Amino acid sequence: MDYLEYLLDPEHWDLAVTGNIPSLVVDHLYYTVITLVIASLIAIPVGLYIGHTGRFSFVAINAGNAGRSLPTLGLIILLVTVIGFGLLPVIIALVILAIPPILTSTYAGLRAINPASVDAAKGMGMRPIQILFRVEIPMALPLILSGLRSATLQVVSTATVASYVGLGGLGRLLVDGLALNQYDRVIAGAVVVAALAIVLDLIASSVQRLVVSPGVSGRALTRTSNKAPSSSVGPATATAG
Amino acid sequence: MIDYIRINYQLIWEAFQQHLYLALIPVILAIIISLPLGYIAVRYKKLYYPLVNISSILYAIPSLALFLLLPPIIGTGVLSPLNIIIALTVYSIALMVRVVADGLNSVDPAITQAATAMGYRRVRRLFAVELPIALPVMLAGLRVATVANVSIVSVGALIGVGGLGALFLRGLQLDYLAPIFVGIILSVLLAATCDIIIVLVQRRFTPWVRAGGRA
Repeated sequence: MDYLEYLLDPEHWDLAVTGNIPSLVVDHLYYTVITLVIASLIAIPVGLYIGHTGRFSFVAINAGNAGRSLPTLGLIILLVTVIGFGLLPVIIALVILAIPPILTSTYAGLRAINPASVDAAKGMGMRPIQILFRVEIPMALPLILSGLRSATLQVVSTATVASYVGLGGLGRLLVDGLALNQYDRVIAGAVVVAALAIVLDLIASSVQRLVVSPGVSGRALTRTSNKAPSSSVGPATATAG
Repeated sequence: MIDYIRINYQLIWEAFQQHLYLALIPVILAIIISLPLGYIAVRYKKLYYPLVNISSILYAIPSLALFLLLPPIIGTGVLSPLNIIIALTVYSIALMVRVVADGLNSVDPAITQAATAMGYRRVRRLFAVELPIALPVMLAGLRVATVANVSIVSVGALIGVGGLGALFLRGLQLDYLAPIFVGIILSVLLAATCDIIIVLVQRRFTPWVRAGGRA
């Protein structure tokens, strides 16, 4: 299989050689993490505010759809053309694309909470900030995490495309391979980036299961109560891949 | 920008048409394929999790990677439009199978029992009762799949078949914003139009939702 030649060549896995595959994976993860941190710092507080107060809810409802319909390649190229080549325009584009799924699902997570739970917390004498951190966030966590999971996939995928305007990471193998007509290099990039995305998604889905409060996920239910509340573990708020 | 549109009218129109069919053929194929798959996932409960898990793995694969992995697997040329169509079909199916299954599962058992008691056999009950009731959930999934497809098509420009995506690359090469704006605006408008059409279809075929009754 000459398709796999590049992928299987030990030289391309040698950490001493520049452009080796592990270092590209690290770069790719680095862009993904930076983007997700910045996007979360913006989207989670805004989503919590909108969900908690119910104000500006049209923003949160429409952000998901608007974000999905933005062509990722177009946004990257627009920012690069306006700002110039470099890391900054690409990270801005990635953050813009990562915000909608996180914002929408944070909002949806808070809205989906049974008002009786919030009323009960109020009745127990919790202050609004306590209600937010001790009732609303834990109960909304499954949806918040599913938004983060969608955003992760979106960013890993879009960072690959962004190699066309010079971003490092695994997209380099795809873009350079295409430019040089080295199809085995393209395949190496595609296989590794697909594997990376799948592994990250599996990790995200396990974290989603572990972090969610047992009372919310239904794990704490006793055998006699046979009706488990359904918790969505899949990509509930899917985005462009 | 007006000048750009006037001069390149023909080119923009061709890119738009290509974008339209690259985005929508996969949606139609995905409906045809995911309905039976979703039904199987509901009918044979053991298959639900395998089907949903395979779907979410396929959905995780980045688009550019999937476009380029297909040629050696299915034997198409690297620059063939078929790669885009098949990749988008895979994404749409991955999303729709779960939605169809969840939609069918959301049908109240009391309703299916009532239908059975009225003499509906399995197939007729499925088409006359269960599918219409599941329609709002399924169409919500179809909206997501369609809008996502319209947006992903432009990535295909990197392998030479990307509808409006070609305008983005042209703008980058010429350092010229007009084609980039035209491409983004047309792409977003196309996605919004498809979205609205599906919403209208849903209103037309599920009048009970609007009437305030419970589905």
